[in-house]
Amino acid sequence: MITAVETTAEYVENNASRSAAAVARLRGVSKNYGEVQALRNVDFAVRAGELVALLGPNGAGKTTAVKLFLGLASPAAGTVNVFGGNPTHSQVRTRIGAMLQVATVPETLRVREHIELFSSYYPNPLPLAETLALAGLEDVKNRLFGELSGGQRQRTLFALALCGDPDLLFLDEPTVGLDVEARRLLWQEIRKLVARGKTLLLTTHYLEEADALADRVAVINRGEIIAEGTPSEIKAKTGGRKIRCISRLDVETVRRLPGVVGIEYDREAMEIRVTSAEPVLREMLMLDPGLSGLEVASAGLEEAFLALTAEDNRAASAAL
Amino acid sequence: MATAATTINSAETHPVPNAATIYWKEAKYEFLRSLRLRAYSFSVIGFPVMFYTLFGLLMNRQDTIGGSHVATYLLASYGTFGVMGASLFGTAGALAAERGLGWLQVKRASPMPPSAYFVAKIVKSMIFSAAVVLLLLLLGVAFGGVTMPVAEGTKLVLTLVAGSLPFCAMGLALGYFLGPNSAPGIINMIYLPLSFCSGLWIPFMFLPHFIQKIAVLSPAYHLAQLALDAVGAGSHGSSATHWDVLIGFALVCLGIARIGERHTEGKTYS
Repeated sequence: MITAVETTAEYVENNASRSAAAVARLRGVSKNYGEVQALRNVDFAVRAGELVALLGPNGAGKTTAVKLFLGLASPAAGTVNVFGGNPTHSQVRTRIGAMLQVATVPETLRVREHIELFSSYYPNPLPLAETLALAGLEDVKNRLFGELSGGQRQRTLFALALCGDPDLLFLDEPTVGLDVEARRLLWQEIRKLVARGKTLLLTTHYLEEADALADRVAVINRGEIIAEGTPSEIKAKTGGRKIRCISRLDVETVRRLPGVVGIEYDREAMEIRVTSAEPVLREMLMLDPGLSGLEVASAGLEEAFLALTAEDNRAASAAL
Repeated sequence: MATAATTINSAETHPVPNAATIYWKEAKYEFLRSLRLRAYSFSVIGFPVMFYTLFGLLMNRQDTIGGSHVATYLLASYGTFGVMGASLFGTAGALAAERGLGWLQVKRASPMPPSAYFVAKIVKSMIFSAAVVLLLLLLGVAFGGVTMPVAEGTKLVLTLVAGSLPFCAMGLALGYFLGPNSAPGIINMIYLPLSFCSGLWIPFMFLPHFIQKIAVLSPAYHLAQLALDAVGAGSHGSSATHWDVLIGFALVCLGIARIGERHTEGKTYS
């Protein structure tokens, strides 16, 4: 049975505390566009005061999830609940800000004018000067949108999401297509919102971005959430650290050591992915006094992510 | 019901913003946006002015059509032509682009009342329509020897501005079905032949007989007859019939626009 609105109100007054209370939730949500299954039976919650990243490759279902939360799409099955209600209600919408992927924005309005207009939609908007400062747009406030650089355009869209002083913000791929400098600038602005106690859901396919910003990461692939946790938990799931060394020990001996997740060879060096480096190193140094070229690095979220999605894709093709 | 209680609760802590302010700002910025967009403001004002200057003021100025001066007759017909352009491009062109390229969705995700968006487009188009007609009237009086009582001039402007509404409705219907890139070309393919067949360029009685028969089906023909009647130039048919046709046409277009809205919601919003 399809019900878009949940009657159990999980209405949260205090979003400053990092409690586990959900302010927005997808429960058993499936969504398809014709033949394409965008989301399959997804359970996912955004908790008050956190910045949660929905991380996944292109076409994984991230944007669909955001559209469902915003009431721009309705689920084929399951329920969507935002602030205890239906996201299409205007009372819910006045507490939400959204930054969506958009091909064009009216180019003949000034940055200041765009913000003034969007501010008028909300009952208690931020003062214009504060919005401009939060989004780092003071210097370009009188420019027409069409005259802005890529980074300034994204920051203007970001300003439109935050100008109403909403409690909950959805940022769909906020830094896509930006260069490194512009991306880091936007990260700074996003952190300012977190510091103000806002709740944020951010989608990204940049693993570095999720790692740098998020309290919690949900990895999504082929319309399913395949892993969820803090960035370090996600990393730990596929081997938290990487040991690189030149050793005469054979692969089988190393594989039997506690906490070893995987072994690869890079030229003469052995690369060992481990959950924790110290116990493995202690054993290896004892077994092989001649061990040399030792390096220990933390496995990036990127490796964790690739391992997770590769596993998931293998499972999917095996099932076919 | 728990949900209802919750939403009422949140409505108390967050009062609803003033709807009049939203409508006002939406219309104001839509007007500014269009005014600065030269592809729109220059062409919708420039083309009628150019045609009227050429055919009504520079050529044929001593001639009469059906007992009226050419400059007076063409004031009504190019006024209709101008109103159609301002309305069709002001609604269909803008909606097709903003809907097709994702901007409408950003607005939809905000707490903006959806009708504010459409009302703004219509109000903007009506202001441009009024500007075109006033400009033509001014040119006609100053350079074309057009003389008419103030009441007649006022009636012409009011008739044409009111008559822009059916074309705004037509524009909304088109805006839901045209792609963002193809919209301007397709609007022209409808606008220009329709103008010709309705006697907006060449006076109705000089059109080939079979086109005259078709013209009766065109809303532009009916609006042009009302405009001609306003300035006392020879018109065909009764005003009541012309208004009835325009109102009916507007309602049909709004119905089509509504279907289009649902259709795209099916694609974009569901």
